[in-house]
Amino acid sequence: MAVTTRTPGVTAGRLDRETLTSNFADLHGELSPHEAHVAADRCYFCHDAPCITACPTSIDIPLFIRQIATDTPKAAAKTIFDQNILGGMCARVCPTETLCEQACVREKSEGKPVEIGRLQRYATDVVMAEGTQPYQRAKPTGKKVAVVGAGPAGLSCAHRLAMYGHDVTVFDAKDKPGGLNEYGIAAYKSVDNFANKEVDWLLSIGGIELKQGQALGRDIALADLQNTNDAVFIGVGLDDTNKLSVPGAELSNVTDAVQFIANLRQSTDYTDIEVGRNVVVIGGGMTAIDAAVQAKLLGAENVTIAYRRGQEKMNASRWEQDLATAKGCTILPNLQPHSIAGNDTGRDTGNNAVSAIKFEYTTSTATGLQGTGETVSLAADQILMAVGQTLDGAQDGIAVKAGKIQVEGAGRTSVDGIWAGGDCASGGDDLTVTAVAQGRDAAEDIHAHLTSGD
Amino acid sequence: MADLTTDFLGIRTPNPFWLASAPPTDKEYNVRRAFEAGWGGVVWKTLGSEGPPIVNVNGARYGAVFGADRRLLGMNNIELITDRPLQTNLDEITRVKKDYPDRAMIVSLMVPCEEQAWKDVLERVTETNADGIELNFGCPHGMAERGMGSAVGQVPEYIEMVTRWCKENYNKPVIVKLTPNITDVRFAARAAKAGGADAVSLINTINSITSVNLDTMAPEPSIDGKGSHGGYCGPAVKPIAMHMVAEIARDKETAGFPISAIGGVTTWRDAAEFMAVGAGNVQVCTAAMTYGFKVVQEMISGLSDWMDSKGYTTTAELVAQAVPNVTDWQHLNLNYVAKAKIDQSLCIQCGRCYAACEDTSHQAIWMKEGRVFEVNDSECVACNLCVNVCPVENCISMEPMAVGETDPRTGQKVLAEYANWTTHPNNPSVLEKA
Ligand SMILES: Cc1cc2nc3c(=O)[nH]c(=O)nc-3n(C[C@H](O)[C@H](O)[C@H](O)COP(=O)(O)OP(=O)(O)OC[C@H]3O[C@@H](n4cnc5c(N)ncnc54)[C@H](O)[C@@H]3O)c2cc1C
Ligand SMILES: Cc1cc2nc3c(=O)[nH]c(=O)nc-3n(C[C@H](O)[C@H](O)[C@H](O)COP(=O)(O)O)c2cc1C
Ligand code: SF4
Repeated sequence: MAVTTRTPGVTAGRLDRETLTSNFADLHGELSPHEAHVAADRCYFCHDAPCITACPTSIDIPLFIRQIATDTPKAAAKTIFDQNILGGMCARVCPTETLCEQACVREKSEGKPVEIGRLQRYATDVVMAEGTQPYQRAKPTGKKVAVVGAGPAGLSCAHRLAMYGHDVTVFDAKDKPGGLNEYGIAAYKSVDNFANKEVDWLLSIGGIELKQGQALGRDIALADLQNTNDAVFIGVGLDDTNKLSVPGAELSNVTDAVQFIANLRQSTDYTDIEVGRNVVVIGGGMTAIDAAVQAKLLGAENVTIAYRRGQEKMNASRWEQDLATAKGCTILPNLQPHSIAGNDTGRDTGNNAVSAIKFEYTTSTATGLQGTGETVSLAADQILMAVGQTLDGAQDGIAVKAGKIQVEGAGRTSVDGIWAGGDCASGGDDLTVTAVAQGRDAAEDIHAHLTSGD
Repeated sequence: MADLTTDFLGIRTPNPFWLASAPPTDKEYNVRRAFEAGWGGVVWKTLGSEGPPIVNVNGARYGAVFGADRRLLGMNNIELITDRPLQTNLDEITRVKKDYPDRAMIVSLMVPCEEQAWKDVLERVTETNADGIELNFGCPHGMAERGMGSAVGQVPEYIEMVTRWCKENYNKPVIVKLTPNITDVRFAARAAKAGGADAVSLINTINSITSVNLDTMAPEPSIDGKGSHGGYCGPAVKPIAMHMVAEIARDKETAGFPISAIGGVTTWRDAAEFMAVGAGNVQVCTAAMTYGFKVVQEMISGLSDWMDSKGYTTTAELVAQAVPNVTDWQHLNLNYVAKAKIDQSLCIQCGRCYAACEDTSHQAIWMKEGRVFEVNDSECVACNLCVNVCPVENCISMEPMAVGETDPRTGQKVLAEYANWTTHPNNPSVLEKA
């Protein structure tokens, strides 16, 4: 019998290739030139615009929109890249509904902000399509900087340093650069291999050497980097994930949501990706939403997101939550995992697969979250854990605060000559755009330090 | 429901909306459909003398100025008068007039500046049984180079002379269509009146270049790499047309002289405004070219609704109601003091008023903590710029100060008496007298 959405267990090929292709098509789509003009005309060109303040990279939004309106999209793109070299990716992945578009005065006046994200994409796509690099390297300074991690933080830092004429070496543990742009972002937000193309484009400034498969602490030592470079930037993200600690968490098909997404992102043929019939995702952030939506798009019959606190506490924006429900996922708040049951098949081979998960209802009290004692069981042949990522292997000697590398000012760590930024550093909010901002600011600080020596 | 029936020069039409002489009125097929759609009258596309037909360019004849979403704000054209044979037009005019006796049929004319040429054409127009003629002294391109159109309209003596020929050789109303491409339109209107005209109509199109193609370095519309100035029309020209209509309406020599207003009429409101400054009816071209004949239905329902809401029962009641309030700068009350007021409950905090006031001249708006924008009455001169740039209607208003209050900007009390520049102490001529 052919595999369908109702086939029990975890299996590939629930939907045909054509359906999968359409399911994973570009979520927001491009604006045509005319649509871009109409959208751009809605911008009021506010004084000291609140959207600029709301953008973590402080892009001059009214200016770039006016440049689109006056038929100079390349100038618009330059305005964007000046502040955010990954403006193309950010246009696709930023939760604009909680950033720039939330601050738009038209959001306030009519509940319909200027479509800043899509306009940003319109402008940056023009330059990306041309493949031209708008920046030239300054004369080589002879200074060397090591950047660890080729995610948004590391790339943004590297580009800015290269622009100032420093020689940059980027070390990254994985096979491909891009960090979560390449491995984490939902497939329908970054179609057509955009992450990869964007990295190539960024590197075309020159002066950046990329070394993949080089993990700090495994293949390279921090002390060596310090000895052979004038400065070091750490942007390693949060490469480890939290696990559930309830009975049954070791059963098979209880897996990591980030890993599930990474497999999907690296696949060229989604008919090969396995997914359950009844999928339960545990968590309340962007990762939980992305895992759930993509499981649904792969053909899971039932997808439930179980979150331990009230829905208003979810880290995923309201817009993201609505996306999940619109795609047919169910969000169940106030449920904490109690235990996971196996189906007993393969018990002897040690390959007992999950068949159900029991949750306990919770309430928030003055002393914190509390179980009510009441429970509910959901059928589950696949459980995806999206309960947070953590710093993998903090480096000796660098102060860590609340699980992240402690930074002051523009990313200065407790060790002289070492900067950090992005998800791995304290103070951020785990967004691509914040990582870009921190990488850029650290680069400015490193440049100032290398040229003035303070 | 208000009665829109309008009597203009004794020609009664079901409403004051006529189609101006232009391509929409160039043939029977169009004019019949225009009447079916509800237009009160038409001025037929301008006819020339008997002879070889006019030739038009075979490339782009229209240029455009766009607003948001490609809304057509202004258009220009380099089209000439009708390029169809005279007799064809006359036959069609005759047939249509016969079938639509209750609609105005005006024939627009432009022939060389010789009395015989006018006599010849008028004889033939008379046979059509049309309701009147309009003399096209306005076309700014092509025909002007041949001594017709605006070449006549720019010389008051010619206007008077040709108008007189027409009055002598034609026994129905003669309307003189004026060109705006002139320094003071009152001279042209006075000349038309002196020549015996029954009315003036204005404006014809304004000399213009709408845009330059920066790739080919040719003005648009361009014909094989070259462009010539064309006539500008559409919503963008309304303020210019309205000023000219008002000038004629309040000129001592022409006050009360019938005016058919043309230029940018796009909605019922434009029509009402033109009539308020002295027009007896209006003519429309660009709006019909942009949206089709059906737009007249909105004009009819809109004018009628508005008249009902104001208690006007006939269109004649509203004509020239605003004329007494059109005056010269020197007569404006300098003792009137207003201040801008921002309604915080409507403010969306865009800060445009702040940028405008700050960078223009007066620095009279404060930007306070939390993007709160407030007017500093000690600096506000009530210029209205903030109102004009504010994207929210009615958010900023100009509030007059009460008599007896002290204007914090000048430290002077607001006086009850009206006083204008002619009596102002800073006026040098007042000083001389003293
Ligand atoms: C599933 C998912 C979906 C997301 N969706 C969104 C979204 O829609 N919008 C949004 O704004 N944000 C989203 N985020 C968050 C966003 O992806 C991150 O905030 C952002 O990528 C952080 O950038 P970074 O450079 O700090 O780290 P990363 O992107 O994690 O990059 C770190 C890089 O360092 C490398 N590395 C790690 N350890 C080592 C080591 N020891 N030695 C050498 N290299 C190392 C890694 O291989 C990686 O390339 C999502 C995150 C996840 C997990
Ligand atoms: C394409 C075009 C052709 C015109 N031809 C004539 C014409 O033959 N005779 C004339 O008197 N006016 C002509 N006009 C001017 C219009 O009648 C009218 O005066 C002018 O367009 C302003 O009105 P509007 O703003 O409603 O278009 C023409 C206008 C246009 C756009
Ligand atoms: S009325 Fe003029 S001067 Fe006064 S606040 Fe507005 S813009 Fe400024």
